[in-house]
This record gives sequence, structure tokens and C-alpha cells, in this order.
Amino acid sequence: MKAKRIYSVTVENRSGVLSKVSGLFSRRSFNIDSLAVGETDDPAVSSMTIVSSGDERTLEQIEKQLNKKLDVIKVKTYGEEQCVSRELMLMKVKYNKSNRAEIMEMCEVMKADIVDMSLHYMMIQICDTPEKIRLMINMFKSISIVEIARTGTLSLSKCNTND
Amino acid sequence: MIGAEAMVKCLEQEGVKYVFGYPGVAICPFYNSILESDIKTVLVRTEQNAAHAASGFARISDVPGVCAVTSGPGATNIITGIATAYADSIPLVVITGQVKSDLIGSDVFQEADITGAVESFVKYSYLVKDADDLPRIFKEAFHIANTGRKGPVLIDVPIDIQNGVIRNFKYPESVNLRTYKPTVKGNSAQIKKVIKELNKSSKPIICIGGGVQLGQAKDEVLKFAETHGIPMVTTMMGIGTVPSSHKLYFGMVGNNGKPYANKAMNEADVIMMVGARVADRAISQPDLITRDKVLIHIDVDPAEIGKNAVSSIPLVGDCKAVFEELLTQDFDIECGEWIKELERYKKELKPVRKPNKKYVDPEGFINELTTKLKDKAVYIADVGQNQIFSCAHAVIKSNTRFLTSGGMGTMGYSIPAALGAKLADPSRQVVAVCGDGSFQMSMMELATFCQSKVQAKIIVFNNSYLGMVREYQHYTYKDNYSMVSLDGSPNLEKLVSAYDFDYYRLADMKGCSEVIDAFLKDKKNALLEVMIDPMDLVK
Repeated sequence: MKAKRIYSVTVENRSGVLSKVSGLFSRRSFNIDSLAVGETDDPAVSSMTIVSSGDERTLEQIEKQLNKKLDVIKVKTYGEEQCVSRELMLMKVKYNKSNRAEIMEMCEVMKADIVDMSLHYMMIQICDTPEKIRLMINMFKSISIVEIARTGTLSLSKCNTND
Repeated sequence: MIGAEAMVKCLEQEGVKYVFGYPGVAICPFYNSILESDIKTVLVRTEQNAAHAASGFARISDVPGVCAVTSGPGATNIITGIATAYADSIPLVVITGQVKSDLIGSDVFQEADITGAVESFVKYSYLVKDADDLPRIFKEAFHIANTGRKGPVLIDVPIDIQNGVIRNFKYPESVNLRTYKPTVKGNSAQIKKVIKELNKSSKPIICIGGGVQLGQAKDEVLKFAETHGIPMVTTMMGIGTVPSSHKLYFGMVGNNGKPYANKAMNEADVIMMVGARVADRAISQPDLITRDKVLIHIDVDPAEIGKNAVSSIPLVGDCKAVFEELLTQDFDIECGEWIKELERYKKELKPVRKPNKKYVDPEGFINELTTKLKDKAVYIADVGQNQIFSCAHAVIKSNTRFLTSGGMGTMGYSIPAALGAKLADPSRQVVAVCGDGSFQMSMMELATFCQSKVQAKIIVFNNSYLGMVREYQHYTYKDNYSMVSLDGSPNLEKLVSAYDFDYYRLADMKGCSEVIDAFLKDKKNALLEVMIDPMDLVK
């Protein structure tokens, strides 16, 4: 049974850490569906959000192998339903007079913003769940997509009522 | 003080006695500074063997072995040795010289990204960026290498750091690593479950891996087995933990192990796996062997538990601490009938060899040799048929150590490892047993024995083939041999006489005992060539 899991990993902010962590995934044939890295409030600590999929034993091994890395401070894992996930996407599309209104309407429906524009191109920004991002891409496939940049999924566990 | 002097001082603080290595420009400041120290240096003849020698040293002295090599090819050459140590969890601290910091990344002469290259074979690695970090890094490296699941740690030191000035040298007294705190004590709830399952069991078995020796838990595990009369088997890396004559010992498991040891594992209702990885050569079908059984997996590395076999009771902890705890608990285990059953298997399933009388029979020879070895002898088996014969037939006494490259199976391990083992404890008898293939992979080290004035006792099983591969081709490719004939090999008598070794030869079993006696008694360096039937099979 393949399942998806999100690993929220805090690591020492040292050179080479990203390659150590990503190298671990390739070396042991673990999947990386997405990977996002950034600094935390403590500049000595970085946060990585890794989305992976596999069978139960693989998903457990990923957590254990991550914990084994000496630069890894903490590993938290969640299923998709246990956390709030967001992804940021920038998408450049080519437009013309006939579809401009339609594009703007789609953006409004999807709560996306147009952040840059020229005579023939516009850049759309959307920040939403990974599912919505996928939907957005599908919707725009009929319009000509020129370029896409995505951050990968960022996740934090949900605010528990008992917290 | 410069960085290189600080590096030497760090090694002194760690009580290091020997550094195995090979110089080059990028490590010259270090080797210049070490002249001022009492630390002895051993010049191996190729870098890979520096790591093997340090491994032999570490395994006998229970402290990390230390090597120092130069940048570029020196560093890449040592990788196989590091990987060998990593696979068997042997603690090493490997120092590599590196090109000047500001040249890193520009592909200058003898530059190699060694921290990148060894990432999957080390427990941790450092690229030193500031000479003032050296004391902390060395302190951490020794701590990481020799605690938890042991393993190699690499420190890459650019030449400008070695020559850089350290204003204030202070060796830290303790380490503070927030990301590294290995679990020592077993979880008490898990220990309760272990007690419950063992009490329910009528056919328990303890499978001992290399972790028992590495965790110095031999006495505790043996005492536990003896107190409750639980039978034991070992993996290849576990050989040496239990004396062969022990009435609760039922041999080595695995595809090259004893049939009755494997039968014992299959028939058991509770398996206590201690310091073992459940690797493919020991347990070929981990999911089958654990079906309808309780698997208690005790290991200091949480990632090993559940990796290859799903365990019913995972117990993370240091083997010694866990067994000390288990020894204080009350158990109600009765396995008299089970032992009788196992003794019957041992009789029924004892493999019978049909030796060719024209050659030396490996079984008879190893039996004779190891019976004659002293109680505290160190027997180092190389890789190949010689290793499997050694595992199957070596007589292990109470304090015998049996070393081999189990995880990686690196040919050429035994000779450099013997050098390190002998230096670790010169009072111990050390014998390296290799094949004619593995001998030719490390025969350059005969000179190192001469130069370092370390006594060498080397036994070469000569069958003119890479026997293990030939055996595989015999079964798998119906005797279509490819790349396995060792034609062109040197005359060993002439070869070792060039190094002023004494030479002994045994063509068949006649006079076996006398030749072994003379070889072992010899005060000089000695090599014994043993002629084996080229068509002999381990199975």
C-alpha cells in the first residue's frame, strides 16, 4: 500500500546539509515528491519539508534514516490530513485579447493574483494547497503556459485544540 | 601553535598511539608536526590498507583507529577501507589533507571532494574551515566514532588550516551535540514485553551479531544464555563471541552457515536478534523466518530494527546495558527438550566433506591450526572460500578473536588488519588467513611488517583460482569459468624471501601438525602456503 507522508525536518544550517539529506533519499531509493528548504527564526537552524510516498516500512525507514543523520535536529511526520500544507506557484502565461477576460476570471475564482504583465504575457501568483495548485495547472493547460516555478510543499502540523 | 600541531595535540589528548597512513603534500604539515610527538606512525604501501590496519587496531584495542592520508588520490584510495569499516561498524577517525581553502572547487592538482565522496560510508564528516575549530572537531569525531553504533568519521583539513595559527588551544572536556544522543538503556516497557515473550516460549534462540563484541557485551550475553539455558547461534560477525565447545552454541547461520544453525532459527518460536542487521547473507528471507514467530530485535541503531525484518518487539539500546538489565530480571524459561532437539539436528545435519587426499583439506587444516592457537589468539580471515572455510571450521576458544570483513566482503583485508591487530596488542598471537587472490591484493604490505618490526604470520590458501567466484560459476554457469584463473601468480617462496620472511609449505595433510607447529613457533616473519584442491567447494 503506497501512502503519502510529510516530513517536517529541522536541521543544522551548515553547508552540505541539503546534499546529505537529498543524497540519503536517492541512495536508499526513497521518493522525493517535493522538497522545500528555508531558514527558521533561528538562523542556525533550517527547516525542510519533504513530501514522500511509499509503503509503510519505507516511510518508517525514511524517518529513522533521517534521524540517524547527525545534522538533523528533529523529524516530525504527518499524514496529509494532520497538517496545513501550502505551496506557492508563479506561472507565466501568454494571453491575447480574446482570452484575457477569461484568465482574469479564472484567477479570481482561484484566488490567484496577477503580479506582472506585458503586452503578451502575464505572470500569475497563487499560494494554496498542493491540490489547488494541481487544479490551477490543469485549468491553464488550455491556455498557453510559458513557464512555471513552484516552491514545493510547506507544512506545519495543525493547531491542536488542546495546545 | 599552528593547526597541524593542534591536530597532533588533539590525537595525544585522545590517547592515540598509532597513526596509519601515507603522506603527500597536502598532509605534510601534519606529518611534520607528529615528529615532535610520541605517537608512532606506520607507513602502509597503499592508502586502502591504512584504513584496514586501523580497523584491525580498533577491533583489538576497542578505541578508534586513526589514519591520515593526503588529498586527491590518497583520499579516494582510502574510501574502500572506510566503506569496509562502515559496513562492520568499526570506529575510525580518518584525517585527509585537502588543497588550500580558497582553491577548493577549482579542480586544482590532487583535489578531490572527499567529504562528498564518502558521505554514504561515514557516520559523519567534517571539512575544517577555521583552525580554531580543530579541537572541537577532533573531540566530536572521536566521540561520534566510538559511541552508539560505531563507525568511521572523516576530517578533511585544507593545508592552509594545517599551517594556520591557533591562538588559544584548549581541548574540550566534553562534547555538546544536540543532534546526537544515542540511546543506551533499553525502554523498560519493551523489556517487560521481552520477559513476557521469553516466559511463554518453549523454543527460544539468541542470534548474536557483531554488535555484541563491539558493545563489549559478550560476558553479559553469555551469562544470560547460560543462566536460562537458551541456545545461541551467531552471524558471521558474531563469530568469536561464543566458544565452539559451548554446549549451548549451535554454529553460524546464513547461506554459508551450518544447516543445523539455520534449522534452529526456523524451528524457534522466539528469536532474540542481538546486534545484528538481519542482512541477506545471514537471513535470506527475513519475512519468512519471522512468520509465526516472535522477533525480539535488540540494537543500538534504531534504523536497523524493522529495516530488513519486521520485529515484534523492537528494543533500542546498548547490548551491554540491555543484558545487564535482563540479568536482574526473573525469568521462567525451560528449554531442556528444545536443546535435545537441537542436538539431534546437529548430529543429523552435520555437513560431511569428502576431502581430496592429494591436497590439504581446509577443514582438517583449520581445525588443527586453531586447536594449536593460544586462547587469546586473533584469527583474521580474508574474503573468499578461505573465509567460509574459516567460519565453518575455526575452533574458537574463550578469548579468541575472529576478525573478518563481513558486511563489505573486501578482499585483501586480513594482512593489513593483522598488522593493526598485532600493534594493538603485541602479546597476542595474530594469524592472517587469506587466499592466493586476496594475498595478491595486499602483499605490498609485507614491507610494512618489516619496516614497523611487527611480526607477520600469514597463511595463504593456494588453489590457483578466485575460488569463491569459481564456485559460483560452477553452480550458476555450469563450469563456464570467466576471469577466475590466477595463472601468472608469483612463486611465493621466492617472493617472501625478498622480504626476508621464512617460508613454509604444506602440500597435503601429511605432516600438517609439525608444519603448523614450526610455523607458529618461528620468531621471524613467516608465511605458510597451503595447497588446496582448485576444484574444492565450500558447499
